[in-house]
Amino acid sequence: MNWKAFFAMLARDAHVARRNFVALLFQTFLQPLMFVFIFGRVMVGSGYMPPSYKSLLLPGIMAICMVGTGIWAVAMPLIAEFQFTREIEDRLLAPMEISWLAIEKVVAGTLQALAAGFMVIPAAWLLLRPGVGLNVPHPLLFALVAVLVALFSATGGLALGCSMQQTHIGLMFSLIVAPMIFFGCTYYPWSALDKFPILQKAVLVNPLVYASEGLRGTMVPQFPHLPMTAVIIGLVFFNALLLFVGLRNFHGKSVT
Amino acid sequence: MVAGIRTRDLRKVYTSAPPVGAGTGGFSFGAPKAKAKQPKPQIVALDGISLDILPGEIFCLLGPNGAGKSTTVGVLTTRVRPTAGQAFIGDHDVWQEQVAVKRLIGVVAQRPNLDFSLTAREILTFHGAYFGLSSHERAKRAEALLERFKLTDRADQMVRGFSGGMMQRLSIARAMMHDPQVLFLDEPSAGLDPQTRLLLWEIVREYNQSGKTILLTTHNMEEADALCKRLAIIDHGRVIALGTPQELKTSVPGGYLLRLRFGLHSPDFLKLLQGLAGVREVRANDSNGADLYADRGGSLVAEVASLASTAGVELCDVHISEPSLENLFLHHTGRSLRE
Repeated sequence: MNWKAFFAMLARDAHVARRNFVALLFQTFLQPLMFVFIFGRVMVGSGYMPPSYKSLLLPGIMAICMVGTGIWAVAMPLIAEFQFTREIEDRLLAPMEISWLAIEKVVAGTLQALAAGFMVIPAAWLLLRPGVGLNVPHPLLFALVAVLVALFSATGGLALGCSMQQTHIGLMFSLIVAPMIFFGCTYYPWSALDKFPILQKAVLVNPLVYASEGLRGTMVPQFPHLPMTAVIIGLVFFNALLLFVGLRNFHGKSVT
Repeated sequence: MVAGIRTRDLRKVYTSAPPVGAGTGGFSFGAPKAKAKQPKPQIVALDGISLDILPGEIFCLLGPNGAGKSTTVGVLTTRVRPTAGQAFIGDHDVWQEQVAVKRLIGVVAQRPNLDFSLTAREILTFHGAYFGLSSHERAKRAEALLERFKLTDRADQMVRGFSGGMMQRLSIARAMMHDPQVLFLDEPSAGLDPQTRLLLWEIVREYNQSGKTILLTTHNMEEADALCKRLAIIDHGRVIALGTPQELKTSVPGGYLLRLRFGLHSPDFLKLLQGLAGVREVRANDSNGADLYADRGGSLVAEVASLASTAGVELCDVHISEPSLENLFLHHTGRSLRE
């Protein structure tokens, strides 16, 4: 394995992310933080939502930010670089197995998703306070879940980025990303679907459910959440599946 | 060690999906629905290409668009999987030892594929980093190449705003950045102005003089003639002629080509043309055209005109070509390279 080439590509992605930092910041945080402000501050402040909603909302917002960042960071460049600009060709011709380029993209996306996740906590906390009851009894478990969620966002980005045509980017967001967020237990816990038993079972195919429930179970365990074993198994399963699909499609796109 | 290039019976058949209008190219998540099975269209891009390109040679693939030039380059640079046959760079099998092959080659694609997120200098230095060059070496080589390709004044600008010619120059500089043993240039001078084309030729010759192998594709005969030691003319995925430009040009019967157009001609009239002194071959290309291969050019025109007048055939147009690769291509395929 040519680690020099691998780290050079990681350095290239870091360099580009640094260059686009301000745009990335707005793109990642603006919408979730507006949501936090309206639902966590305005609705709670005016009495339409119970005060406990603030604490319930924060892990879901973190999941949305992480998943959005990872998917965006991996899928969008891949879609453009493979189809329109063919920018990726130079890296495909670097002296390294091409699968490692896909893995490099996943590592870069994971790191960006983690950075987004850890930046949104203080931002949302500042917007919501007082009354946010964050409680992390098992920091290592929380770290594990956060890494798995970030990895899921990046592997999801790889699978989507290597499966979509450039003309389908709009559809990707309206048909995949938006339903995934709304049915991903981000704004409500999974147990809130008790009254919709069929939907409650159906959403279990949505990996974001395990991401938001996992963060909820490790950051605000006082609220009902899926068992952590189910969360870990779900995330590991979807990570492996998406990585497999992503690598297969990446190969298909790289070599004609 | 300088590496050469070898291919044995390379075949590539593309099976492309039906167009969107056919109903299966739209947006879908699952496997396409089982419909009445239609055979996938098969496009034969390479039909048994065997080449031996010597180490240190400038070799040219000459052919019209769609002849299989870029597919050959794609196979040799690990980007296209051959349907059958073998390809080697030096002693390395391109398909089996991809990483070793990628270390030896530099590639300039037909379409600019620069990294739009970086500046010109960064494109070169990151490319150097992918190939394991030290940061000092990267900076030094990038500076020298930017200077050589006359890009120094735009070195620290994003390449998105570059003109086509500048992008092409930078693509070539990037391919040379890691000093590859074998350089592939896929139609390098397309879209370049004459002055830049001359600069490119000079750089290619210079790079070759340092002992490197160069494979260049083009449909510009002047370029093939000016640069290559040997060339292969390919059409429909097959090599139809191979040799030095001089050998190939003299292989055309007579060398000169007179393309004639008449009001209408008959087989008997063509036989009369065949009888003129110096005429080697006459080919009718449709009911009123004929290609006349001969060992002289202008001096034949008067004789052709007089023969036509005697036979009552109207001579409408005459075009004389001196011995050239264009004539060779026409002789082998019946088509002009420009058609």
